[in-house]
Amino acid sequence: MAIDIRESVDVGQPGGSAPSVRQSNRPSWLGQHLGTAIIGAVAGYALGHFIGNSIASGYVHVANSGQNDVAVCLGLAFGVFGWLAGVGALNYPLAKLVGKEAPDEIAETGWGRYFRYTLDHKVVGQQYVIGVLLFLFTGGLLAMAIRTELLYPTNHLIGPGTYIAIVGEHGTIMMMMATSIVIGPLGNWLTPLLVGSRRMAFPRIEAFSFWIFTAGYLVILTALPLGGFPTGWTGYAPLQTESGAGMDSYLVGFAVIGTGMILAGFNMAVTIINHRAPGMSWSRVPIFAWSLLATSSLLTLATPLLFVAGLFGVLDRTALTAFFVNERGGSSFLWENLFWFFGHPEVYIMALPGFGIVAEMLPVFCGKPLFAYRVGAAGMVGVALLSFFVWQHHLFQSGINPDMRPLFMLTTELISIPTGFIYLVGLGTLWRAKIRFEVPMLFCLALYFNFLIGGITGVFLSDVPVNVTLHGSFFVMAHFHYTIMGGLVFAFFGGLYYWLPKMTGYSMNKRLGQIHFWVMFIFFNLTFFPLFVVGLLGMPRRVFEYAARLQGLNDFSTVCAYVLGASFVIFIANFVWSIYIDPRPAPANPWGSRGLEWQTPTPVPFYNFERIPVILSDPYHYGEENPLPVADLGLGGTPVAAAVLSGNGEHASGSDGGGPSV
Amino acid sequence: MADPAGGSHRARSEDARHAWRIFAIWFVLSAVIDPLYYFLAGPHMPPGAETSAASGAQFDLNVVMVTAMPVVIAVVLYLGYAVVVWGAKRSGDREAVGGPKYTRNLRVQMAFIGVTTLIVMGMFVFGTVELIVPAGAGGGEGPNPIWTPTSKTILPIQVIAQQWKFTYRYPTFGGFETDQLMLPDNTTVAFHVTSLDVIHSFWAYQLGVKADANPAEDNVAYTTTQQTGEFTVRCSELCGLWHGSMYDFGHIMTKQGFEQWATSTEQKLAPATKLLPKFAYTYVPDANGADGGYYPDNVDPYSNVETYGASTTQS
Repeated sequence: MAIDIRESVDVGQPGGSAPSVRQSNRPSWLGQHLGTAIIGAVAGYALGHFIGNSIASGYVHVANSGQNDVAVCLGLAFGVFGWLAGVGALNYPLAKLVGKEAPDEIAETGWGRYFRYTLDHKVVGQQYVIGVLLFLFTGGLLAMAIRTELLYPTNHLIGPGTYIAIVGEHGTIMMMMATSIVIGPLGNWLTPLLVGSRRMAFPRIEAFSFWIFTAGYLVILTALPLGGFPTGWTGYAPLQTESGAGMDSYLVGFAVIGTGMILAGFNMAVTIINHRAPGMSWSRVPIFAWSLLATSSLLTLATPLLFVAGLFGVLDRTALTAFFVNERGGSSFLWENLFWFFGHPEVYIMALPGFGIVAEMLPVFCGKPLFAYRVGAAGMVGVALLSFFVWQHHLFQSGINPDMRPLFMLTTELISIPTGFIYLVGLGTLWRAKIRFEVPMLFCLALYFNFLIGGITGVFLSDVPVNVTLHGSFFVMAHFHYTIMGGLVFAFFGGLYYWLPKMTGYSMNKRLGQIHFWVMFIFFNLTFFPLFVVGLLGMPRRVFEYAARLQGLNDFSTVCAYVLGASFVIFIANFVWSIYIDPRPAPANPWGSRGLEWQTPTPVPFYNFERIPVILSDPYHYGEENPLPVADLGLGGTPVAAAVLSGNGEHASGSDGGGPSV
Repeated sequence: MADPAGGSHRARSEDARHAWRIFAIWFVLSAVIDPLYYFLAGPHMPPGAETSAASGAQFDLNVVMVTAMPVVIAVVLYLGYAVVVWGAKRSGDREAVGGPKYTRNLRVQMAFIGVTTLIVMGMFVFGTVELIVPAGAGGGEGPNPIWTPTSKTILPIQVIAQQWKFTYRYPTFGGFETDQLMLPDNTTVAFHVTSLDVIHSFWAYQLGVKADANPAEDNVAYTTTQQTGEFTVRCSELCGLWHGSMYDFGHIMTKQGFEQWATSTEQKLAPATKLLPKFAYTYVPDANGADGGYYPDNVDPYSNVETYGASTTQS
């Protein structure tokens, strides 16, 4: 790892200028907002559906079939465009396209801004918080339905058709949500603050990625009224090709979400690389930013495969191409490989940000510097790189060339090494610390426990002979719930408890936070640990009937799942209580963090930093007698930067002197 | 940057005290739990011992478990130790200042990375040997298996999956097709798994066999039966509406009993067999409309591995 540790002399544009906006006194219900977006989406769907019917209703495979995939796909695609146009996300590109100057975006301060296309990364981050929570809770309710059906081995509360639709919907919603659960809210809100910039590199793309993310949520929800899709989130062809109209929602939905993922990742990577403040060399970048960088490179490089695979699937279903149809010269293995070539990097998209969050919080609550910072950064980059070389471990028993299997077993097991780096950082930081058990820290420690179980069971699955028994069983399902939910979702909630005081300006209730944590942690483990056993005992995934001898374990898991679901109600109650009912203003730096984001006033002003800060050290010098300030914020007094960096005086003057120029 | 070796002599001895304590607890726990697991629980772990693939899978699972448990114990013990010993007295203790300011320790880092690499490479070598030596360990090897059983006489059985049922064809008994899966004891079996519609997966749980059933593809998995008994077959790849009820049960019988069953079933089903398409590895036409190879007539039931079904001439 060649990490450049020199003082950075030229780190590109330091993000000095904010996007051009004007403030307006227009009432917020005028203009474009969520309401016009809904109108646009409905109108777009109607138009697309009409066009699809006009084109295809006479086709042999459509006429009298009761299903016109052309109309559904076009309806969904036009609906997405209607949604984006309705909210105003297309104003700028369309105006530029016809050679006109785009209208200025309005900078609002009231409630209305949360329902608009807005260029303030902090508002987008807050929109994302609500967006991903909505996504998460929708998927969670579907999970409750799944567990309810599994209360009885052969008596059914919901029919197999509804069950399979719910399984697919739950998986797809959760996978879509999990790709953005950290990158979206915390990534967008924090990245400029972490690297000392006033904005994301591309504020319009940032806002666009949020609104297309919500469009993807709506598209995948349309699968339910369209009859659902029977393939699960993996969408294997040829089942995909023969399924009902709900499958169109899946394919279009993944393409839409995928577009948002590519754009969000691209934006994030460019921001971290090019918008670092002067003095923020690669060895001073917060570890969370490293994990975001690794994640966004995965988003940018892996997701196009998903988009292309989804497009092929749509063509197979509408234009009767044969990409995935064996009988006509295609191959069902093509979908499996395209999907997992995206799908495996994707699961690290759902792990790395969690590692970043916990590594960022540990030093604060341990009162110690981060241990082995470079090893941690190398671990994140290493996991990201290796994740492109493991996808066939999903296909060990599928009938692919058998000689590939030792190779993919090796690459899969090699990932344990950089993942171990990340554990080394965590465990090393805990060494002889004085741990403050604040709520975010509890979530941190829980991640190390949960991901340990998830990671170790991953090694079981990577071992091909053991995989023969475990593949496609509940063991796999328990394994990835331990990594994604036990890792990422726990880290996300830890991150929320940690950064919400900064985001909202109000402290979260500590007592409720502790109750939330303990209920969630205990019942998460009680829900999913028995499912490892259930899988070992021979229960395949996604079934609605199972052996009667497994009922005890399944019922135990179901009951615990209800309590786990209820723990999120505690979180909502805490959120509403602490922010709306009994708001207590949070101090600017409640945890005593040295991170750059905590050096800003609360609430964070529109321009983040009055002057672009000059970074003087990495943010992990905890417990030192007289540590160097992490940055010179240029807020009067002796300019620390000038004093410290006497040899590099240009850094101090590099802080673009202009204050906010609204 | 903090001093790499931990500063004063006292700090170092403090380090050593904690390290030894954690190591000792870890060592005792691992030394107790690992053998307890291996000898008490190990022989009862799934998928059992009905076939060579099953007992192989059980052995592999136990070895991985015995390797993994000390790792789990180490990390959980460390986390627990940290919480108990290094927790601040009051959670709101804002003055809390952590211990020594280690930012790196080359020896610890190298040791950590070295140990994880060793474990990983050991697992890889073990897994590869256990995959190749027992002829694919019961997993589907695709149409061209490269790891084949040492036994020269192999009973071929075709597994045909369709929504939402498995049927089985016995090509060496006139090619009859039935929904009963019967196997002879002490025999190497080759499962030729294929599908008529979507992707399914043939999971014979107690046999330790799993192979995806792909349309237009012959996926071969080997195992050798060792005991008589019953086993469960489930579909383990989501195949649509009734995926959850796509299961049945098979039996491993004595060799004699099996032959009796097979010949009598062959006679009983002869009129139906005549109406079936000729035996082929796949039943979905390929891009040129051809449908795979045909099985030769009148062959020895336990065919030589080189010749059974070798004919690919089209009729």
